[in-house]
Amino acid sequence: MSDKANNACDTCSHFNADGLKKLGVNTDSFDFVVALAGNPNTGKSTVFNALTGLRQHTGNWPGKTVVRAEGAFEYNSQKYKLVDLPGTYSLLSTSQDEEVARNFILFGKPDVTVIVVDASRLERNLNLVLQILEITDKAVLCLNLMDEAKRNNIEIDERTLARDLGIPVVPTSARFNEGIPDLIQTISEVASGKIICKPHRIKNVPVNIQKAVDTLSEEIENQYPNLSNSRWIAFRLLEGDNKIIKALKAGEFV
Amino acid sequence: MADSSIDKIIDLSKDLRWQIGDDFHDNLAEGIYADASEIATSSVRIDNQNNQFRLDRKIDKIVTSKTWGFPIMFLILGVILWLTIEGANYPSAMLADLLLGNLHPFLKGLAASIGMPWWLDGFLIDGVYLAVAWVIAVMLPPMAIFFPMFTLLEDFGYLPRVAFNMDELFRKSGAHGKQALTMSMGFGCNAAGVVATRIIDSPRERLIAIITNNFSLCNGRWPTQILIATIFIGAVVPASFSGIASLSAVIGIAVLGIFFMFLVSWSLSKTVLKGEVSTFNLELPPYRPPRFWKTIYTSLIDRTLIVLWRAILFAAPAGAVIWLISNIYIGNESIAAWTINSLDGFGFLLGLNGVILLAYIVAIPANEIVIPTILMLTVLVTGISGGEGAGVMFELDSINATSDILKAGGWTLLTAINLMLFSLLHNPCSTTIYTIYKETKSLKWTVVASILPVIMGFVVTFLVAQVWRIFVN
Repeated sequence: MSDKANNACDTCSHFNADGLKKLGVNTDSFDFVVALAGNPNTGKSTVFNALTGLRQHTGNWPGKTVVRAEGAFEYNSQKYKLVDLPGTYSLLSTSQDEEVARNFILFGKPDVTVIVVDASRLERNLNLVLQILEITDKAVLCLNLMDEAKRNNIEIDERTLARDLGIPVVPTSARFNEGIPDLIQTISEVASGKIICKPHRIKNVPVNIQKAVDTLSEEIENQYPNLSNSRWIAFRLLEGDNKIIKALKAGEFV
Repeated sequence: MADSSIDKIIDLSKDLRWQIGDDFHDNLAEGIYADASEIATSSVRIDNQNNQFRLDRKIDKIVTSKTWGFPIMFLILGVILWLTIEGANYPSAMLADLLLGNLHPFLKGLAASIGMPWWLDGFLIDGVYLAVAWVIAVMLPPMAIFFPMFTLLEDFGYLPRVAFNMDELFRKSGAHGKQALTMSMGFGCNAAGVVATRIIDSPRERLIAIITNNFSLCNGRWPTQILIATIFIGAVVPASFSGIASLSAVIGIAVLGIFFMFLVSWSLSKTVLKGEVSTFNLELPPYRPPRFWKTIYTSLIDRTLIVLWRAILFAAPAGAVIWLISNIYIGNESIAAWTINSLDGFGFLLGLNGVILLAYIVAIPANEIVIPTILMLTVLVTGISGGEGAGVMFELDSINATSDILKAGGWTLLTAINLMLFSLLHNPCSTTIYTIYKETKSLKWTVVASILPVIMGFVVTFLVAQVWRIFVN
């Protein structure tokens, strides 16, 4: 069954298979930067390998990737540099591996952030997804490990999920290369602006906090009109995050 | 952007923070969870009737149980080692035959026919080439078996279960439970284990994990353990038990390493690295049947060849050094002979000898070349035949021949046991030392991590030698 779906996808007019070149570690010049983020052990490195044609070792334990790995692919004559980030449960804490991920999403300004989640553990994974969506406007949800979800009789309504999150959702089983063509196509459409995301912003915030955040982010936007993630910076400032204060002073957000 | 406007933002945030109170972090986290739950509820449908990781839980109940957890761990370690020892023998012999038995004489002949001067020929072929060839013959087969098996286990999802089983022990010794994962990585390569400690959040616990990683027997030391155990430990029991006896000895050394790892972790956390044990969440990921061939392929390319390449890079200059110190004479003694003689007294105290100590100095770049260096130096000092002359590393065609040489060099069961102990307890290789420095950015801790195990090695071998000499002789 899956084989057929694969072939149909590979040959579908929507996906231009001839336009795809896996460039391995050759990241010399590129048109777009794509970050791969997600919880530990959701298969980010497997997705990374599938996209770049690299064979970075992937292990079945949380924390396998501790440094960020880079690779590239070319699709429809545009080059994409791909950065595989260490897995993290949240962007709110400060351990070294989580900081690598957080800093890159914040300061690396990727053109597209692909958030890889474990389809069988969606609710828990959404914690990170919602935090990332506070930071960036251009994201794709890669609903990975679909084969395991199916085996465990978990069904996910991708359309509802995409609507609720405000970003495209692509189901994949990266281990078997399923859904990767669709993922590449979606990444390219988000990068080029063909798909415009309207990311979900955290709603269940107590009124007094909401007020404080609004006041602060308004002030931030006044000073930095080009900033898309003023609300996140407001959250962090209210938390007293010294690194954000330092970055703000150093002008890293501008 | 003027600084004043940033200060204004920061001041504003301070005021607001004061107004909203301490619960901000928790409130925000709760808000995120509430959103996540709403979104998940409307798009996920779970059929609870059929399953939900039922088999996984059944397996976990057994492999992480109080009764079976540890026996299963040792059984798996035993099986992997046994397959490595048994499986590596034949390909090792074949490679040795090819690289040392055939290619070496061929190269010598070639050098002679083009009239290469003896010193260049000796330096390049008897020094550099033989060192590299020996490392390939001895290292490649066990690595090509050990790494893929370890990787399969890792892909299956067993490592987090090891961490789960050992968590209590780590907590008691004041270390982080995730150290079990970095320790397991260390069994492959200590440098890799040191890099893996980045998964540990607390700097204190991370430092403990870095300093104690060296107590995981690495891939460069397994062959030494296996060879010496086979020759000396296997020989003291009846032939039919020799395999089991040597396997048990090797596992015993590995377990002793784990014991020292806990002991040192505990001592550090009670003295210079005092602090609370931090709590952490460890996910037990679902078991995933590994994609067999893909895993074999990646582990061969990524791990085996990379580690082998590193070994070769270090073996080549080491071979050159060995040849040089054996062929450069001061008075009528070569540098090697002179050093060995002066180290012999100290070596005797430790139940070792000057040859072994010199070999460990030469082999600082790579543990893999300890045994060939020892053999070569022994031949040099005793003057027995079997090797090929001064400063030539060689592979002996049979374990018996190796055994003859070592016994002619004055080796006893004590020498063998203490060599196995010293191989466990000595400084990390230079790559690991460099990695420790890069990870800690501290000269002090790099020195501690490098010197501490050597001192422990001296103390342990000294004590064993004294006790042995009192009770056995």
